[in-house]
Formats: sequence, structure tokens, C-alpha cells
Amino acid sequence: MTPGDRKRTFVGLAFISPWLLGFLVFTAYPVCASLYYSFCDYDVLSRPVWVGLLNYQDMVSDGVFWQSVRNTLEFNLMALPLGLVSALTLALLLNQPVRMRGTFRAIYYLPSLVPAVAGAMVWLWILNGRLGLLNQALEALGVSSPPQWLVDPKWTKPSLALVSLWGCGNTVVIYLAALQGVPQSLLEASMIDGASAMRRLVHVTLPAISPVIYFNLLIGIIGGLQVFTSAFIMMGGAGPERSVLFYAIYIYQNAFEYRHMGYASAMAWVLCMLILVLTLLASRISRRFVHYQG
Amino acid sequence: MAKASKLLIYALLVAGAALFVLPFAWMVLTALKPIDQTLSRPHEWLPRRFEAALAGQVLEVHPGGPVTEPSLWVLQSGVRRPVVVSEASVWDGLWHPAIGAPVPVQLLKRVPASVSQPWIEVSDLSGQATDVIKASSLRSRVSFRWENFPLAIRSMRHFSRYLANTLILCLLNVMGTVLSSAMVAYGFSRLEWRGREWLFGLLLSTMMIPFPVVMVPLYGLFRSLGMVGTLQPLWVGSFFANAFSVFLLRQFFRTIPRDLSEAARIDGCGEFRIFWQIILPLCTPALIVVGLFTFLGAWNDYLGPLIYLTDERDFTLALGLDAIKSSESGATEWPYLMAASTLIILPVIALFFVAQRRFVEGIALTGIKG
Repeated sequence: MTPGDRKRTFVGLAFISPWLLGFLVFTAYPVCASLYYSFCDYDVLSRPVWVGLLNYQDMVSDGVFWQSVRNTLEFNLMALPLGLVSALTLALLLNQPVRMRGTFRAIYYLPSLVPAVAGAMVWLWILNGRLGLLNQALEALGVSSPPQWLVDPKWTKPSLALVSLWGCGNTVVIYLAALQGVPQSLLEASMIDGASAMRRLVHVTLPAISPVIYFNLLIGIIGGLQVFTSAFIMMGGAGPERSVLFYAIYIYQNAFEYRHMGYASAMAWVLCMLILVLTLLASRISRRFVHYQG
Repeated sequence: MAKASKLLIYALLVAGAALFVLPFAWMVLTALKPIDQTLSRPHEWLPRRFEAALAGQVLEVHPGGPVTEPSLWVLQSGVRRPVVVSEASVWDGLWHPAIGAPVPVQLLKRVPASVSQPWIEVSDLSGQATDVIKASSLRSRVSFRWENFPLAIRSMRHFSRYLANTLILCLLNVMGTVLSSAMVAYGFSRLEWRGREWLFGLLLSTMMIPFPVVMVPLYGLFRSLGMVGTLQPLWVGSFFANAFSVFLLRQFFRTIPRDLSEAARIDGCGEFRIFWQIILPLCTPALIVVGLFTFLGAWNDYLGPLIYLTDERDFTLALGLDAIKSSESGATEWPYLMAASTLIILPVIALFFVAQRRFVEGIALTGIKG
């Protein structure tokens, strides 16, 4: 290293020093500590006690843990495709030469900005079994005994999927920006070749935006596995028959309600590994479907 | 495009938009209703006031239960509130309740009600004056109950503290994030140095770490610093930059021509001055985007305050709203809950309309270049 190199490195490090410091204190240390705690019995109040793999073994035999895994997967298998397909559909509609595109886009986008607490309150009221808007509408349409959305364990997950669908505007805007970047020349060429609108969509538009579809899918998986707030607020935690006891909620309960911080940390690490595996899997699969231009 | 398909597109867009707006509309209309109206079925869209002639003047009233059989409105001796009892249960000046001994009562009014001609109990808003009147003489008119908003604020006992706490957190988080992330992004984009790419990769990879992994040790850390139960854990971290904001700002910084910095350097300008006086002013739009997202993140945050705030007086608006929901005993007071929700959502919507273009640009930037 020349003295000039050294000085430049010094200046560079000085500029990124806030992050570097924060990284050490708020990321690197907690990551290492939580890995250590995951092998400990720990309640924050006293020192952690090493218990080896006990927390991980407990997980295998903990029925509630498995229920939280099932709940989380079931919810995401419902909410994720629903959200991605609806958002893409809305974006495709908005990408047509329509008037008032900005207004429509604003309307679709706004709910995704709403504070989760406030959104949860509004949906508690809409989904209320006897007085809620949804059931009164269903009754007016002739459904004699509409579902008890928030009380019947069969319906709690679909209810939350509906709530998350209301917030898909964020994804709509991302898709729309991608759609507007699809090269016009490609679309025109296929039109001259006589391709129908459907064929243009499947063979030109979708491949062209496939990196963004992939991005949204990844973000969706990572966020979906950590779903917490709306379920926690609307159902007061686990919900009827623990039907919305999601993985992140169970971690929270173990950490801050039962003070099983070691167990909570072990669960968090399993989540981390799961996300890693799913991400790798998605990138493996995506190689066949995602086309990067240039 | 064919006319039919164009029509179909508009129909779908309008239908979708209606569904997205409906929850907002329902929230605001509920917020403006009297409680009685939210507890009756079928539900009406528009808020109403009910009025009846009571004690000689037309007053706003709470409609009570309907009376559908011939009854008497009687006053028990020693009791202030008259009650409606079935005509058949009163004789010889005594009311014979289904359970218990006969009670002497004073007849106030005969209520010749039937299923086809129901009467209704009404009381004024304080519950002092009551009467039984023909249901058909109960008047109602569409009227928005704006007073629900101050009442909702009063029902969140420490509303002004919640608001102050939330605003303090928003301010500190925006300041901290914008300043620190801009500095870090500058180091990662406008300076060439060894190890830069490697460290930037490290920064990006921290975005993959799920929050639960760091949740417990962070709590332990702030606890050992004596910060649990204060606002500090909710803003301190923001002064150390975050990966998302750094990434977003770096994208923007890179678009500014190199020559600008070179020229300044040749003129003997120090690196920090180039950052502060030349690059930052040029990047205001990007800084605003980061500031907006940070503001919203702090305004909307629920899990953070839930973990770190212990005393009700230190709560944020998000926690305060949740608290009035859970403290309801029995029937939820939906109009107040919806009024409070409206108050929390309103600033977000206002902010969106003020800075709509920035939002959309920001979102698109993260999506496309991510």
C-alpha cells in the first residue's frame, strides 16, 4: 500500500464509520450472542447457563412449535400467491393506456402505508362476526350464516390473508415500474409478427419483468415467514385454538412472555436457516425462469 | 385497442379501487356515528342523529329497546328511572314481577304498543330524561358526529404524550438515519479505497438477517444500559445508518458526475466539505425519500415500542391505540376506535399526497435496482 492508498482507505473508513460501529454493536455482537444464547438457558435477569443442544431438541418435541410452523406455512401458501398475482394483475391493468393512472395508483398504494395497528383496527371492525361490514354484505347477498372470521379457527388465516392483500399496493408500484421498463421495440416486433395480447404477455412481458417477479417473491418469502403485527394485534397473540400462532409470534412469546430467551434465540436461528435455504432454493429454481437483460 | 376490452379494463380498475377505498370509507363513516348506530343491524352507511320531543323540547336521544306489546310506563317508589312493564303484570297499583314480591308503582303512561305499531324507549344523551314514544315519532337526520374525535382523544388517556413521544421518535430517527446513511453512502460511492466492495457486500448481507435473530441480545444490551422503559432503544440505532437507506442513497450518489468532486479536490477542498457542501445539496430528492420512509417506519412501528416501552405514559400512538382496544370491557366503542385510527392514518395520507412523486420514485428505485 502506498501512503496515498493508506490515506484514501482511512478517509473511506472514516465516512463509513457510523455504519461500521453500528454493525459491530447492533448486528455482529447480537448475531454472535444470540447464537450463543441458543445453546443456553437464559432469562435476561440471570447469566446464561450452557445447556448444549437442549433448546433445539426441545423444539423437535414441542407440539406448539410445530403448530406455529404449520400456521406460518399455511398462511403464506395462501397469502403469498394471492398477493403476488393480484399485484401483478393490477399493475398490468394500470400499465394499459388508461386515464387517471396516477389516481388509481395512489388508491392502490395508500393502504400499504397505513400503520399496521390502525389497519388492524379497521379490519377487526369490518370482519366482526355480527356487526361487521363484510358479513352484513354477505347476509344481504343471501348467505344465511356467514363465517365468523375472527373466531372460527378455520377462517382466521384467510382473514389475515385478506388484510395483507389490502396492503399489496407496494408490490403493485414495483411491478408497474418494471412494466414501464419493458422495451417497446420487443412488444412492437411481436405485434408485427401477429402475436395475440395473451402471447405477448406470456412470451415478452413476463420474461422481461421476471427479475422483478423474482425479487418480489423473495421479499415476500422473507417477510411472510416473519409475519407478526396484524395477527398479534387482531387476535391478541395466538388466536382461537392457536390458529394464528405464527412463528414470529411464538418467538416473541417465548422471549418476552415466558422469558425463555434461549429457546427464542434457537427458534430465531432455525428461522434464519430456513430463510437461507428457501432463498437458495428460489435462486436455483429462478435460473430457469428469470431472464436478465444486458 | 378494442372498445370492449378497454371498457373491461376500466371496470376492473374501478372495482379494484372501490375495494381498496372501502375500508377507509367505512372507518371514517363509523368514526362519525353515535355508538347506538354501530350496534344495531342492519347497518346504515350514513351517520345519523336521533331526535325526539323529550321534556317539552326536541332533543338528541339514545334510542333504547323497542316495545311491541301493550305495556305501562311506571315508576317504582324509591327508584329514579321509570321502567316499561307488561300491562298484564300490573293490577291493584302493584307490579307483579316474574320473580320477587309485588312492588307498588305509580303509572306514568299507557303504552298501547303492538308488533305492527312499536313504541320505543328513549333517553337524552346524559341519560337523565327518559320517555317512551311511538317509534314512528322518533326522528333521525344524517349528521356527522365530529365530537367523536375529541372524545376518542380523551379515551386515550395520555394522547398528548403518545403524540409527543411519536413525534420525538420520528424526528430523531429521520435525523439520525438521513445524516449517518448519507455519510456512509458517500464513503461507499464517491471514494475509491481498498476493501470498499467487500464491506459494501457485508452491508447488503445484513439486510438478510431476520429481526428475531438480533431481538434478544439487543434487548439484553439495552437492558444492561438501563434504557428499557425509555425511548432511547427506539432511536439510538438510527444514528448508525441502515443498509436499506445506504443502498438507496448510494444509487443516487453514483449518478452525480465524478468531475464535480475532482474539481473541488483540485481547488483544495477537503473530503468532508465536498460531501457536505457539494454532494448533499445535489442529493436533496434522495434524502427526502429516505427521510419519508424513515418517518413512516417510526410512525408505524409497533414491535419496537411493544418490546421496549413498559410504562403506559411512555407509549407511542401505535401502542396507545392498541391499548384502548384491549382495555375495552364488554362492547367495543367502535366509533371512538375508528376515530382514533383515522387520526393516526391521516398524517400518513397527508404526507403521501404532499410527496406522492417521491414515494413512487423511491419504491420503484428499490424494486428495479434491487
